[in-house]
Amino acid sequence: MSVTSITSSTTGTGVALPVVKAEHLGLTFSTNDGDVVALSDVNLTIEKGDFVSFIGPSGCGKTTFLRTIADLEQPTSGTLEINGQTPENARKDRAYGYVFQAPALYPWRTIEKNIALPLEIMGHSAQQQAERIKRTMDLVNLSGFEKKFPWQLSGGMQQRASIARALAFDADLLLMDEPFGALDEIVRDHLNSELLKLWDRTKKTICFVTHSIPEAVYLSTKIVVMSPRPGRVTDIIESNLPRERPLDIRETPEFLAIAARVRDGLRAGHSYEEVV
Amino acid sequence: MNRVLPILTILFAILAFWYAAAIWMNAPWQNILNGRANLENVPFLEFAQQTWAQDKPVLPAPHQVAAEIWNATMGLEFTSRRSLALHAWITLSATLLGFVFGTALGVVLAVAIIHNDATDRSLMPWIIASQTIPILAIAPMVVVGLGAVGLTGLVPKALISMYLSFFPVVVGMVKGLRSPEAIQLDLMRTYDANPWQVFWKLRWPAALPMLFASMKVGIAISLIGAVVAELSNAAGGGLGVRLLTGSYNGQTIQIWAALFIAAGLAAVLVAMVGAAEKIVNARIGVRA
Repeated sequence: MSVTSITSSTTGTGVALPVVKAEHLGLTFSTNDGDVVALSDVNLTIEKGDFVSFIGPSGCGKTTFLRTIADLEQPTSGTLEINGQTPENARKDRAYGYVFQAPALYPWRTIEKNIALPLEIMGHSAQQQAERIKRTMDLVNLSGFEKKFPWQLSGGMQQRASIARALAFDADLLLMDEPFGALDEIVRDHLNSELLKLWDRTKKTICFVTHSIPEAVYLSTKIVVMSPRPGRVTDIIESNLPRERPLDIRETPEFLAIAARVRDGLRAGHSYEEVV
Repeated sequence: MNRVLPILTILFAILAFWYAAAIWMNAPWQNILNGRANLENVPFLEFAQQTWAQDKPVLPAPHQVAAEIWNATMGLEFTSRRSLALHAWITLSATLLGFVFGTALGVVLAVAIIHNDATDRSLMPWIIASQTIPILAIAPMVVVGLGAVGLTGLVPKALISMYLSFFPVVVGMVKGLRSPEAIQLDLMRTYDANPWQVFWKLRWPAALPMLFASMKVGIAISLIGAVVAELSNAAGGGLGVRLLTGSYNGQTIQIWAALFIAAGLAAVLVAMVGAAEKIVNARIGVRA
């Protein structure tokens, strides 16, 4: 790792910097009821092109960790580097696109104008905007809905639009916080397989927060199992599933073995015990 | 049709009640008049018509008010001092100017309040206190005071309108500009948007529905402010002056005519804000 830290990722030679590198990362919220430890001693390296899922019960700090990568929360101990930079500088570099739990589309903007929002803010020309809107809307299969307002679309389509918005400015890192958590299982299956295809085509690095074991195993190259009180990593599982994953891969023994290991990791972290 | 019928029914009920009330309230004076004229045992229908045709009735009948409105607007030159159209225009111009001032002041204050905790704490109590002072007490001081330094006519009245109309705009816009959800603000942060962009691309559009709601209240009380301000300066004209002179001279028909013009004016102004709201809503895709 000491070698990679002096090699710039932009030179294109040698080993690329890890996209995310957390060492002994901790985050403690001060509240009126005293301190709440949201993250404790998290060590994790995410390489370029990884699809990493964070799984765990609520309160395990998976969303907090994602928000820390995005510089929406500040760690209180340890170090965190995004592309070798501080999270703040990475955010200012527009290094990542963030997909929230809810679509968070602006209701007064049409779908294409919502996708244009980051482009407007980042100062792209009108022509570039039009190009990128078309490309990303194709990518998430929303062509034809450019002039619709968000409320005219279903929940799944709205979330696809929010993914298109996160893709529009070509950040290499995509942070997704339970993006399909509010959708029904059929829509979710469909979007999961579309997301895999999109990841394969765009070669992006994806960090994906979920509390669904099948979703995590189906999508990921690497699964980070977390547990609560305090939020910490209990297991990191490298998936040996092929990149090409049809939906029925979820019935194969390999798939079920990984799912069982995830469940074991959750159990080891006392995630299944009653909260007292 | 099924919308017109209920409206007409209510209208007829009000008119019937009004005519009946006019008979009852004008009867004592009519009895005195008939007594002086040695008229006895007047049939009820004739008596009713007498009570609906007095010069200075306690309660004028609807058709008397309607006739007065017609005569005082269409029947007179616009420049006549007795023209209600002229007085309505005087009041309207002060109302509109005060409304524009008030809305601008309200928006500016709201922007200052949401961007700075110190302004929030220091300004908000004064803004609320300003509305607890009876406008009837403030208006003469402002109008007479400004008159003493040579500022007369439109501006002092507009200032009173502004004093009333900025309040709903401040309160509404503070709420509106603070209405974006945490997640929508977080999104802006992930784009490293500057405060200017956050304001124009998020806070302002999010606040538009509140802006129109508060402008509807604002323009109506703007009219009240202009009328009240006119009470302090009889020479300046306006609907307030017509109300005042009407009450000095017992010209109840004139008072009611001015009242109805003022009410009609307020309705038209609120409807105009509503129409503007509809146009904006259509552009920002609000569900019809």
